[in-house]
Amino acid sequence: MKPAPFEYVRPETLAEAVTALDHEDAKIIAGGQSLLPMMNFRLAQPERLVDINRIVELGQIEKTESGIRIGALVRHAEAARSDLLADHFPIIREAMPHVAHVAIRNRGTIAGSLCHADPAAEWPLLVTLLEGEIEILGGNGPRKAKPAEFFLAPLVTDIEETELVTGIYLPLPDAPCGMAFDEVAQRAGDFAVVAAGALVCVKGGQFAEVRLGLGGVFDTSVRGSALEKALTGKPATTEAIDSALPLAVEDLEPNDDLHASAAYRLSLVPVLARRVLTRAMKVAAT
Amino acid sequence: MTGKTHIYLTVNGETFDACVEPRMLAADFLRDELGLTGTHVGCEHGVCGTCTITLNGVSARSCLMLAVQLDGMDVQTVEGLGTMRKMHRIQEAFREHHALQCGFCTPGFLMTVHDILNTMPLRDDDEIRDALSGNICRCTGYEHIVKAVRTLVNERDGVQTP
Ligand SMILES: Cc1cc2nc3c(=O)[nH]c(=O)nc-3n(C[C@H](O)[C@H](O)[C@H](O)COP(=O)(O)OP(=O)(O)OC[C@H]3O[C@@H](n4cnc5c(N)ncnc54)[C@H](O)[C@@H]3O)c2cc1C
Ligand code: FES
Ligand code: FES
Repeated sequence: MKPAPFEYVRPETLAEAVTALDHEDAKIIAGGQSLLPMMNFRLAQPERLVDINRIVELGQIEKTESGIRIGALVRHAEAARSDLLADHFPIIREAMPHVAHVAIRNRGTIAGSLCHADPAAEWPLLVTLLEGEIEILGGNGPRKAKPAEFFLAPLVTDIEETELVTGIYLPLPDAPCGMAFDEVAQRAGDFAVVAAGALVCVKGGQFAEVRLGLGGVFDTSVRGSALEKALTGKPATTEAIDSALPLAVEDLEPNDDLHASAAYRLSLVPVLARRVLTRAMKVAAT
Repeated sequence: MTGKTHIYLTVNGETFDACVEPRMLAADFLRDELGLTGTHVGCEHGVCGTCTITLNGVSARSCLMLAVQLDGMDVQTVEGLGTMRKMHRIQEAFREHHALQCGFCTPGFLMTVHDILNTMPLRDDDEIRDALSGNICRCTGYEHIVKAVRTLVNERDGVQTP
């Protein structure tokens, strides 16, 4: 099918974008890789489409003193290529090949993925794991949101229709650490059935910090807080990881859907958690 | 602007100046306005890959772009790759390896291969399959497509095969 008629606006600056969004029924188009399928099927019929692709300042990746800022319009393919990102957050380069397919990675953007908020998508999981901040701009000026405040439910975020995401900020971890990502999907490029990411710091043979992020098992990306707490301070060994794995499935409520049963999803959690935690631990120890 | 919008673009080396309704998809513009029907349309939601074109040198889905977004872009469609009499090397490799049957998926595969040969190492057949995972073929079973791409990768890398 084809999109319903709409008014097309193409701002060149952030100020123009904010003005254009101040309208009854306006929607931003970034990469269009989630929005256009919905418009083609008329699941979305915005009256006004605000195309932000010409706002040059949204396309930068910059290092600041304490972290890295990634502009809203940075494409999945650009994030994968960025040596600056790979030097500080190698998990991003590792995760990107799992996001859709080549042509879609060339167009799809980071903020588009966050705002679409698919519970199995890679970017929401990465931002949750890396404790990033989402930078938002609206008529009342800029504000910031933590992942737990931003992602509310599947395809629902805390962003108003009159606001736009301008970028994300990822703080550098305090100590050298290891990171790892893995997922199970039906085919390469499909949305994950379950995805997992880990960040591990090891000091004097012990887990100084452990983070586990999971996607596809809840309404939003989640952290395995019970497992994280249990492992911190323990000897950094595979035995310790194994004994904590049952905690990884605590409180998870995956859904049955077309792609996988809830039981199958739950059964994948310890498998993937073990893989990413073990790998991150080994990287951290070297 | 619900009304028609002016766009200026280059398609296969030729410049065009057109007037389009904002809701017109890039794929429909290429096919219906410019008559470049080599770009096929299968699903209109980004899944099948047959509408793949290149934009400023990298691949994109023309069903997930608006014609107005082509403004200022350098577009290449399968028609820009080669001609019946003078095929592009990628097209020749597909013919040599019987990498097509009905041909519906072929334009999208050719444009995808054009991109991945430039941007990916494609060290083994698994990597080739992953890179082609965004293009669906209902006829060939993919085996011959992978062989064609393997041949092209070997040529690119100067690898001699017996
Ligand atoms: C076949 C296929 C397979 C896919 N597989 C995966 C996958 O495995 N993993 C994955 O993560 N994704 C996948 N995707 C989705 C892809 O990653 C998209 O790029 C992404 O979800 C949306 O980004 P976009 O820039 O295209 O956003 P758009 O489609 O342009 O927009 C999506 C939504 O976000 C809003 N929006 C966009 N930018 C902003 C902004 N700056 N501020 C506020 N709101 C904004 C839009 O209004 C819209 O509601 C797939 C897509 C397709 C078509
Ligand atoms: S028609 Fe564009 S991907 Fe199927
Ligand atoms: S050759 Fe028929 S779909 Fe691929």
